[in-house]
Amino acid sequence: MVQAPKCLSIERRPIPSGRTIFTVSILAIVAALIVMAIFFAAYGVSPIRAYGAILRGALGNWSGFSETLRRMIPLLLCGVGLTVTLRALFWNIGADGQLLFGAIAATWVALFSGLHGPLVIPAMFAAGFLAGALWGLIPAVLKVKLGINDVITTLMMNYIAIYIVLYLIHGPWKGPSVRGYPLTDIFPPAAQLPTIGNTHVHWPTLLIGLVAAVVAYIMLNRMKSGFEIRVVGENPHAARYAGMSELKTVVIAMLISGGLAGIAGVGEVAGVQLRLLNPAQVSMGYGYTAIIVAWLARKNPLAVIVTSFFFGVLMAGGDVIKVNLGLPFQLINVFNGVIMFFLIGSEIFMHYKISLRRR
Amino acid sequence: MGWESWLISTLARALAYGTPLLLGTLGEIYAERAGVLNLGIEGMMIMGAYSAFVVAYKTGHPWLGVLVGAVVGGAFSLIHAFASITLKANQVVSGLALTMLGLGLSGVLGRSWVGHPLFTPLRRITVPGLSAIPIIGPGLFTRQNLLVYITMLLVPILWYILFHTRIGVTIRAVGEDPATADSLGVNVARVRYLCVIFGGIFAGLAGAYLSVGYRPSWTEGMTGGMGWIVIALTIFAFWNPIYGLLGSYFFAALYHLSYRMQAWVSPELLKAMPYAFAIIILIFVSRGTLQKRMGAPAALAIPYTRGEE
Repeated sequence: MVQAPKCLSIERRPIPSGRTIFTVSILAIVAALIVMAIFFAAYGVSPIRAYGAILRGALGNWSGFSETLRRMIPLLLCGVGLTVTLRALFWNIGADGQLLFGAIAATWVALFSGLHGPLVIPAMFAAGFLAGALWGLIPAVLKVKLGINDVITTLMMNYIAIYIVLYLIHGPWKGPSVRGYPLTDIFPPAAQLPTIGNTHVHWPTLLIGLVAAVVAYIMLNRMKSGFEIRVVGENPHAARYAGMSELKTVVIAMLISGGLAGIAGVGEVAGVQLRLLNPAQVSMGYGYTAIIVAWLARKNPLAVIVTSFFFGVLMAGGDVIKVNLGLPFQLINVFNGVIMFFLIGSEIFMHYKISLRRR
Repeated sequence: MGWESWLISTLARALAYGTPLLLGTLGEIYAERAGVLNLGIEGMMIMGAYSAFVVAYKTGHPWLGVLVGAVVGGAFSLIHAFASITLKANQVVSGLALTMLGLGLSGVLGRSWVGHPLFTPLRRITVPGLSAIPIIGPGLFTRQNLLVYITMLLVPILWYILFHTRIGVTIRAVGEDPATADSLGVNVARVRYLCVIFGGIFAGLAGAYLSVGYRPSWTEGMTGGMGWIVIALTIFAFWNPIYGLLGSYFFAALYHLSYRMQAWVSPELLKAMPYAFAIIILIFVSRGTLQKRMGAPAALAIPYTRGEE
């Protein structure tokens, strides 16, 4: 070995402490916010003004705060589900499609099932969960049984779901009362979720999301099935030797993840839009943003409550700066990409100790 | 007479729509052969499409646009290379982030360009002589742009480099067994960087083909998921440029043929076809991959650190 007088040493840390993870995550967020500040400046808007507008718009008053909560609901549901699949090392990029299938199922229950009365809402949630779970089940089975790449299948199925929704609203489900627009009729009152006051905060869905976060946390950390999900994800060989079924675990993880995304879809159509309409309006990319939400939460379902709220603020704030400052809404997608890079890029500081030292 | 025009149009569409898929696939094959999975194809492609369109629009030179599209695609891929090779970040997440970033950035930058037709697209050429051959002539050699043929010619060259030259051996060694390659004096990180950039350049070219040649205009998200189909085609091609060519054209032909069913199937469902095809095709080749993972680089998506296995 050539002796270097001074060199960069990279040592592997066994397991990063909670505090290290927290500090590194916060620093990653700050770095991403700084990069975005540069973008704002490039658009001729003072970053302080932009961030001020985001914070005031998303948290400063009740109507802004309710918009934040509204965005948080689907992110929370999808994000909790994704922590489970991420633990099983199954890449579910398809939460968006599963969400849409939940929306389709809810629409069917609301408009075409013939159900009415107080049973409709529970039936919508059940059908939405089932539809999302089944749509998510296909890539799970394809991966475990045939070894087909999960990233691709889940993604492709997002596109298929989008076109199925478009087909429904342009074709058989187009509402007789909408004068030719590609929309379904509005849901009957019994199929509309109750909201807090005059806002879009459909609290039953929010409640389900919060409960799901707690249940998923308990399951992953205290129960056998959660333990198996983690082992299958971290060490599939060991899992096989221990007689754990990869099929069973991945399927369970995907049923949870797809089902929760499906419930998010129910919330969007039955709580916000009150009809099935263009998929871009039903979802707004919640399923993709939820990947960052789950990653930032370090695959901990309880932490998703915090991270989904944070992204709720950003999305609600994104609307505000679009309207008030004339900035393009797509900046939120740029921010999503940037923060994702900082998050994964900073992980080296969690797992490795980097120092300059003399040999 | 009917089947002839049917065959001709299928051939022509297979070439026109298959070319961007092929370009993307060729690049991804090289990146993955070196062990780096890049799910950012869609993002690099759209950045290439955007920048190529703007340059071609402003200068009136479509080929300058193509060049800039390629450079931007390559530059954009550096983010993924830095994250996944230098910082050893998770390649799936990094690639997704690149796609999000590309779609977002091109959406922001391209807002004011939507709806401007490009008056100086790549010229469509008809190959003299060859175009006179019955069926094949009008199918393959009539009114396609030059990039279609350049891409086709690149396939045997890239195949030869990958399997019959020292460079190719080095790339594949880095993707199969980076530790051994390292011990033999190969700079693993450098090879991986170069292959990822190469993939980025090709994705940028694919995007440029779309916005300057195939549909000379700019619309937000105009790549429409093509980048993901490229990822599927790379597996379908068993990481081999020749199969990449067959897969891309076959896929494009299938896509075109599905439009023949317009009388029976609604247009929305027809648009879902390519994505369904991609899954079906993967199911089809999966039997082979399970028996023997033909060509799949052993160290794919695994970051390399010296002295760590």
